[in-house]
Amino acid sequence: MTLLQIRDLEVVYRTASGPLPAVRGVNLEVAAGQSIGLAGESGCGKSTVASTILRLQPASAELRGQVLVEGEDVLTMRWAPLRTLRWAGASMVFQGALHSLNPVRRVGRQIAEPIRLHEPSVSAGDAAKRVDEVLEQVGLPRSRARAYPHQLSGGQRQRVMIAMALACRPRLVIADEPTTALDVMVQAQVLKQLTDLVHDLGIGMLLISHDLSVLGSTCDRVAVMYAGRVVEEGAAAQVFADPRHPYSAALARAFPRIGDPLARFGPSGLPGDPPDPRDLPTGCSFHPRCPVVLSSCPQIDPPHVPAGPGRTAACLRVGDEEREPG
Amino acid sequence: MTTPRLTARQVVRRRRRDSAARNWADFRGHKSGVIGLGILIFFVVAALGAPVWADASGLKVTEATGGVLESPSFEFLLGTDDNGRSVLTLLIWGARLSLFVGLLATAISMVIGTLVGVASGHFKGWAGSVLFRLTEWFLVIPFLPLAIVLASVLGASLFNIALVIGITSWPGTALLIRAQTLSIEERPFLERARALGAGHWHQMTRHVLPNVMPMVFANTTLTVAIAILTETTLSFLGLGDPLRVSWGSMLDDAFSSGAITTGAWWFLIPPGVCVILVVLSFTLIGRALEEIFNPRLRERG
Amino acid sequence: MNPLGARYVLGKVAGSLGSLAFMLVLNFFLFRVLPGDPVRTLARNRLVSEKQIDELTRTLGLDQSLPQQFVTYLQNTFTGELGLSFKYRQPVADLILDRMWPTVVLVGTGTVLATLIGLWIGVRSAWNRGSRFDKYSTGSSLTVYAMPEWWLGLLLLAVFSVGVGPIPGIFPTGGLISPGVDPTSVQGVLDQAWHLTLPVLTVTLAYLADYSLIMRSSLLDEMGSDYLVTARAKGLRDAKVRRDHAVPNALLPAATLVALGLGFVVGGAITIETVFSIPGLGLLTTEALEVPDFPLLQGTFIFFSAAVIAANLAANLLYALLDPRVRG
Repeated sequence: MTLLQIRDLEVVYRTASGPLPAVRGVNLEVAAGQSIGLAGESGCGKSTVASTILRLQPASAELRGQVLVEGEDVLTMRWAPLRTLRWAGASMVFQGALHSLNPVRRVGRQIAEPIRLHEPSVSAGDAAKRVDEVLEQVGLPRSRARAYPHQLSGGQRQRVMIAMALACRPRLVIADEPTTALDVMVQAQVLKQLTDLVHDLGIGMLLISHDLSVLGSTCDRVAVMYAGRVVEEGAAAQVFADPRHPYSAALARAFPRIGDPLARFGPSGLPGDPPDPRDLPTGCSFHPRCPVVLSSCPQIDPPHVPAGPGRTAACLRVGDEEREPG
Repeated sequence: MTTPRLTARQVVRRRRRDSAARNWADFRGHKSGVIGLGILIFFVVAALGAPVWADASGLKVTEATGGVLESPSFEFLLGTDDNGRSVLTLLIWGARLSLFVGLLATAISMVIGTLVGVASGHFKGWAGSVLFRLTEWFLVIPFLPLAIVLASVLGASLFNIALVIGITSWPGTALLIRAQTLSIEERPFLERARALGAGHWHQMTRHVLPNVMPMVFANTTLTVAIAILTETTLSFLGLGDPLRVSWGSMLDDAFSSGAITTGAWWFLIPPGVCVILVVLSFTLIGRALEEIFNPRLRERG
Repeated sequence: MNPLGARYVLGKVAGSLGSLAFMLVLNFFLFRVLPGDPVRTLARNRLVSEKQIDELTRTLGLDQSLPQQFVTYLQNTFTGELGLSFKYRQPVADLILDRMWPTVVLVGTGTVLATLIGLWIGVRSAWNRGSRFDKYSTGSSLTVYAMPEWWLGLLLLAVFSVGVGPIPGIFPTGGLISPGVDPTSVQGVLDQAWHLTLPVLTVTLAYLADYSLIMRSSLLDEMGSDYLVTARAKGLRDAKVRRDHAVPNALLPAATLVALGLGFVVGGAITIETVFSIPGLGLLTTEALEVPDFPLLQGTFIFFSAAVIAANLAANLLYALLDPRVRG
């Protein structure tokens, strides 16, 4: 059953220096019990895509396309059903828990807040019990509910964010860089917790990260974004092990798996910076940085073509292996 | 065509000039700041040109030609005071005093405040903490009772009033500058200077001070605003220079001569309005400068 | 985990005691600031009798050595022996106690009202930034902030006590109570409240302008925070996000700035009492200036300073209740 369907999503922010196209046509699908990864550098639009699911954009932003959560379009929803959807239908785990939690309220109260809001019939005592349950699920002792955010470690705070996201038993969870601010050991633990819970509870998950190796090992499918568009999409392990789009390849090399012999030899950096959304390159927006650029790349915006069973990529080279580089 | 090589000093000067030009362009974009500047220029011109358009003899009580508290007429555009002097003349000369005392008091306050602020932020160990504690303790003491006691002991004169205001207002500046100094001290370039053997004095004057200056400048305008308000209040209470006219002393005269009950609004309102306009102008300029020099404030515009 | 952060509390109390000590030392030296015999200095240009000079010499203990004087001064201050007023020929301490309560009522009522109304205006301005309400309230606050608070009092007196044009002058022009009315009777209490209306209004208006600007600035700073996005994502209504998340955090820097400005409230009490002839400590101070009545000036200085130090301590402790991070 398809929980989330994003169709031709476009998001344009209105800024003091003119319109800023952050998302330029994205298609995604997440089914129940499935975890989909969304990879890319900062500024590629992945966080924007995530926040459209709960329609958290400022009123000045222009949104086009459809974001269907369980069949209902979030972009055209009225406020009341939107507020019901928020957290009870789909919830988010934000990056940087120290700033995403209210510093002057105890974490238990913050976890209980959406419960009391969406299920007013639940008494204070029962809400507290639910808080304890969900803390247990993420591996935190019950006593932590009385703590303030600054009294917890980074890993504990992130687990609180996950617990909070699960408080209202949503069907869909969107995790935006949930482990980026943590060190590697804690990262692995938190990720494992997240993926276990997703599988146990049959939730659908959209996991966003710039670390393709993480997505490769925890998600079912992954989509790679660049400059507001999806440039490659397929089964996670395949995309990571055998990327077809030059950008995905660079991304995969940037986060090598330990013990991978190939990673020891190739340079892992990409020259240049991600493009300014207000001043995008012509044709394929990746062409200025592409190590295998063709002469026709600046002219043609490559469409998505099949790159194998259940895979697509938006690159002129894909599906044209026989063509000589020129 | 090759560009000529510039010396280090020329590079620095050019950089300073460019950033000054940029700041001015930024400032011009703040409507409120520009309005404030306009009002300020008006008052400065009026004050400086006082001998030109307001005859100084009009200040002498013995040479007053008007009747007591006369309402505005063609001869006396803003009426007369309780001694028959032209209110307009008093107003223009009062501007001189208010601006002068305000600026002098601010200069004293800024000098003490900057010295203590930079020193308490720069020197680690007991010297810095002692200065900081001293600043905090001084800050808590309410300014008007202190100013009253000081003024009554020192006696009422132009310079004493400026001194009193300067002494009561330096702690606020010192704390702000200390905070700035602390954040600059953390930057690596200062560590490098120290490694190269820079002494305390060199560090403070060549490195810390230039970086602290922009915020000091913004703070100065706000300090002048408070200084002028304080001078007006002290004059109103009779602590101002008895030989000179200021807006505060005019209001003191208005109050004690019963201008309220007789409805002599021309004596009561104009000095107050002038104070509001001048203080507002400094406040608006100060707020605009704060937004320019403090990048954090810029984002929320 | 101590509920109020014992370390923080002890630190603040120690700081307050330090301020108090510093103030007492400062007060001692204030009258010795000019070189030469302090009594001669203070008596210059003023007509003082031999008797007054003798009294002052005795009060200041100038026949003793400086350290001895300081010890005597401390002893006297702590036992409440603040000297004899020149003007009233009564113990300064008695005068202060007598005239204390109108100031307390005036300042207390005024600041409480100014805080409540000012915070509300500031919140509404910031949340609806750029709206007409915001523009008008910020503009008027800046204007009131730029005027001496006593001038506002003079205007209110002129308009509402004397009357201007169609507005009748219904409020009393000064004083605390109408002549011949018993202050302890019900009628007396109402009469005093009536007399205090314009002064309290002046104090309230003067400080609510400053507080609303502070709160507006503080809330604008908070509004870009990430935890507000989290709150909205949870489905909370805008008003709830503001009330439960943004404002409690914005109160913290605002409270600090308000506490810093408590000294100015005292200044306002002095000038506003003078304008409205309210027989409180402020008017006492201004009257002391005329002579000048140095023992009385010193006494009121100690009282006002101690009051502000105590109020600051209270504000710091209140801050600990609001911000769990300082408690550790």
